[in-house]
Amino acid sequence: MQKLTPKADQQENGLGKHLLNPIHRRMFFRYAGATAAVTTLLLTTGCDDDDDDTMIDPMAVDLGSGDVGILNYAYALEQLEAAFYTQVVATKFSGMTAAETQLFTDIRDHEIAHREFFKAALGQKAIPALEPDFSKINFADRTSVLTTAKTFEDLGVSAYNGAGQLFTDTGVGLDYLVLAGKIVSVEARHAAAIRDLINPKSKDFSGDDVVDANGLDVARTPAEVLKLAAPFIKTKINANNLPK
Amino acid sequence: MNILKLIQDIEKVDPEVYERLDSRRSIFKHFSGFGMKVAAAAVPLALGSMFKKAYGQSSNTIVDTLQFALTLEYLEDEFYRLGLASPAVQAENRAVIQQISKHEAAHVKFLQDAIKSLNATPVTKPTFDFSAKGNFPTWNSDPAVFLAIAQAFEDTGVRAYKGQAGNLVGSNAVLTAALQIHSVEARHAAEIRRIRGLKSWITGNERGAGMPAATQAVYNGEEVTTQAGVNIVSGNISSAAATEAFDEPLNKQQVLDIASLFIVA
Repeated sequence: MQKLTPKADQQENGLGKHLLNPIHRRMFFRYAGATAAVTTLLLTTGCDDDDDDTMIDPMAVDLGSGDVGILNYAYALEQLEAAFYTQVVATKFSGMTAAETQLFTDIRDHEIAHREFFKAALGQKAIPALEPDFSKINFADRTSVLTTAKTFEDLGVSAYNGAGQLFTDTGVGLDYLVLAGKIVSVEARHAAAIRDLINPKSKDFSGDDVVDANGLDVARTPAEVLKLAAPFIKTKINANNLPK
Repeated sequence: MNILKLIQDIEKVDPEVYERLDSRRSIFKHFSGFGMKVAAAAVPLALGSMFKKAYGQSSNTIVDTLQFALTLEYLEDEFYRLGLASPAVQAENRAVIQQISKHEAAHVKFLQDAIKSLNATPVTKPTFDFSAKGNFPTWNSDPAVFLAIAQAFEDTGVRAYKGQAGNLVGSNAVLTAALQIHSVEARHAAEIRRIRGLKSWITGNERGAGMPAATQAVYNGEEVTTQAGVNIVSGNISSAAATEAFDEPLNKQQVLDIASLFIVA
């Protein structure tokens, strides 16, 4: 679990953190107006290397491209969350209070609603069901469950925050942006509630580990998110065709 | 700051870049502000505006939207600051309110810097009346009233930012920053609701126990159970859960109607 906890140096303000990301020249040319790319270039002295993407597993599930790719990306994350909370409620840790049971049941239902929404909206274009890997989670242990829940919710928030700009800027892309917005705030509500369970009435519900000095929450690229989610998903995912 | 390298790179794909930049001299004002007026985090916004202008796209919509957001942040910022200086914030809630107050102050500063980086002047702070013209006379003495107003502000903030996302697609940096503020407002809302003994999410259009009727407009429209033509209610998902799973946007006018209760001038 520890390696999923974002390190402090990755938690810089969401705009500034883009500075740390490597970027390919051709990506930059395609998105000359994308300021994230622009700022990266500013600090990248020699950006003439044109390394190709990492090897693609031929068996990997391809999220696809364009808006569909981003929707499948969200669908993948919602599958992970829904599977996790389904397990949490099915195999309760000892001493789970009635209030905690209610909270986890609510969140489970929200995540299932999100998952089923994406599945229905994507129709034939939806990726298949992914196989989760929860072998490192001890569902009998409250701390293990809460820590994982916090990780997933914060990760989900950062994923939606980073994905908003990847939708097309017109037509249905705008609808998807608003839909993602409708979901991300619920994920953020989950994150705050879980964090409050861990450390009640402290500042942790929107702690300095996730909200920077500008008052901004974390935003991550799909590549960053999927890397952090990978230990929890057996199925290999190919995100190379997503908009960048 | 390797700005020259950046422009050289652009020149390779757009030989007319210098012409574009030069023909709109005002954009160079952004350079003069670097490291001085513009906070480090706002630099991407400044560059964003530079390219928007150089490539002929208007940033008026973005500025207008940021001004609107700034007005809401002024409201929240002042509310929590005055609350923390009053008996309305009890010791047990102090850590939470201080954290929220810190964020709202940061949002004000961030939006002001962002607006300046777009070569505009931030709107001035309105004069607020948190008693809402006598509706909440004990807002700064009764902890329950204070928290109820806080809940209304935060749940409104979430809906307000959500409603403006589509107006910010012209700049990825601004859009992402707005989303990053949006989820912080949602964290705030969730915590305030928990402190008040409510669920952190909104069920139907319920404003929740102890919320004054005057705050109902904050919750109207949250009862939606169909998203993009997909019925969310199913054998597994109750109507209540379907409404909780999706927060709904408010448009600018709806938000201003709510906020105007607290704005004197």
